[in-house]
Amino acid sequence: MSKKVLVIGESREGSLRNVTFEAIAAANIISDGGEVVGVLCGAGDMEAMGQEMVYHGATRVITLANEELKTYTSDGFSQAIFQVIEDESPEGIVMGHTAIGKDLTPKLASKLESGLISDATEVVAEGDKIVFTRPIYSGKAFEKKEITDGVVFATIRPNNIPALERNEELAGEVSARDVDIQNIRTIIKDIIRKSSEGVDLSEAKVIVAGGRGVKSSEGFEPLEQLADVLGGTVGASRGACDAGYCDYSLQIGQTGKVVTPDLYIACGISGAIQHLAGMSNSKVIVAINKDPEANIFNVADYGIVGDLFDVVPKLVEEIKQMKVNA
Amino acid sequence: MNIYVLLKRTFDTEEKISIKNGQIEDDGAEYIINPYDEYAVEEAINIRDEHGGEVTVVTIGDEDSEKQLRTALAMGADKAVLVNTEDDLEEGDQFTTVKILEAFFEDRDVDIILGGNVAIDEASGQVGPRLAERLDIPCVTTITNIEIEGKNVKIERDVEGDVEKVETTLPLLVTCQQGLNEPRYPSLPGIMKAKKKPLDELEIDDLDLDEDDVEPKTRTTEIFLPPEKQAGKVLEGEVDDQVKELVSLLKTEAKVL
Repeated sequence: MSKKVLVIGESREGSLRNVTFEAIAAANIISDGGEVVGVLCGAGDMEAMGQEMVYHGATRVITLANEELKTYTSDGFSQAIFQVIEDESPEGIVMGHTAIGKDLTPKLASKLESGLISDATEVVAEGDKIVFTRPIYSGKAFEKKEITDGVVFATIRPNNIPALERNEELAGEVSARDVDIQNIRTIIKDIIRKSSEGVDLSEAKVIVAGGRGVKSSEGFEPLEQLADVLGGTVGASRGACDAGYCDYSLQIGQTGKVVTPDLYIACGISGAIQHLAGMSNSKVIVAINKDPEANIFNVADYGIVGDLFDVVPKLVEEIKQMKVNA
Repeated sequence: MNIYVLLKRTFDTEEKISIKNGQIEDDGAEYIINPYDEYAVEEAINIRDEHGGEVTVVTIGDEDSEKQLRTALAMGADKAVLVNTEDDLEEGDQFTTVKILEAFFEDRDVDIILGGNVAIDEASGQVGPRLAERLDIPCVTTITNIEIEGKNVKIERDVEGDVEKVETTLPLLVTCQQGLNEPRYPSLPGIMKAKKKPLDELEIDDLDLDEDDVEPKTRTTEIFLPPEKQAGKVLEGEVDDQVKELVSLLKTEAKVL
């Protein structure tokens, strides 16, 4: 049965986040030939971003521009999107499981008194049912879940559901709608950018992670260089965070972020079960550790037994060389 | 101040997960306070010590959850409430939990509610923001710092590694992120005192709810383990050769470069 599905898009620094396109792909599975309606909140002209959503498979896109939507607030965005929900009465809603997605969607689901399946890694249509797969116990297990009543509402984990191929021949209307925003109860005073290059750990294709073996905050430098040449970002184990070598926002594991990049390079990480829970579903895992008995080698596809301060710089050079030759 | 903490009992992070008869095997498992809820308990105690008032810890579960409530009391919380659903509910989801909490808070005067930003078992992260919406109070998630002055509240929150500075007012619901504080261990005198602190038990009937009111909106149809990861190739030879081999394998075999 075809459904109308809303996709809440998300942009950062003027361009759409990739997870938005993945959400459109998920919405296409749920809609089963029905309409996929994109929604964008912001302050300026969002025509081009809306068009981009159409090229990735949205049937049409509604843009909501208002000065109050310049930065994300749960009150502002939820009011704006709720007005669209009332207009459109969608049977499904999809968004990325990002900081904004995690903050916004429970609020909307609560207002709608609907179910919500968070952090789905797979969406499959089985007859009339939509079955979501999601990790539990930080990826130590998975569950299949369905919505039994009301709107089919889900957030999807970045990097797991492939986006549809961009096609400029796809046509769809991008229309602006006025929204009324009042009484925002949380005022954003300042945003201090700490993350490098704006690549978020949960969306990164390549992660170079350091553990106690990096020994100091300076010890992260070679790891940063490796992340740089690979176009990735740096993460850490709890051990490294607890030792004060880096910020807790970099922590990967059962407490901390759960990540599934294409390539995960663990440097000087022993591989405690809590850390493995956060990264062992990565597509390819490389472990570099002095201790041949380290647990991390049990989940690694490739291992090098050696000193990371010797291995990592050589790896940087080798990859640079490879790129020159290519 | 009337300070409330939402607490969940979870598996210890050390636990390996296995499945028996389609369910997570919980026989012999060790349980803890969800680590993110521990930050909430610690922060609640600090807020009370600075501003006065009372900390009440609330959980939904069965009799076994009393242990985690006693731990929170031993850390320094004043009162605990267990909403025992063992006899009434077979299953529930975040909708169910929030329906119960909404009814619990209906007649209570609240200044601040603190919860973990996510539970390490089901990890939906929905309960905090859902509850705030039902209670019509502002909600700030993933907080790493909070300062309260009268009704005004200044918060720092973690947004994918960036720090967002937010101002808002009480009454308020916040969810706690790692980095907010270092939860204390219960002291021996704390543990002794906790035994005498009030721990009330309610059932959903006491909250004027019946099973139909809290019927979940989602259903779990299957639980399974991820395919076991096979240990891969540990490279050999001189470091320079290993590095060359690794890059070549990543390029040609794994195809990730």
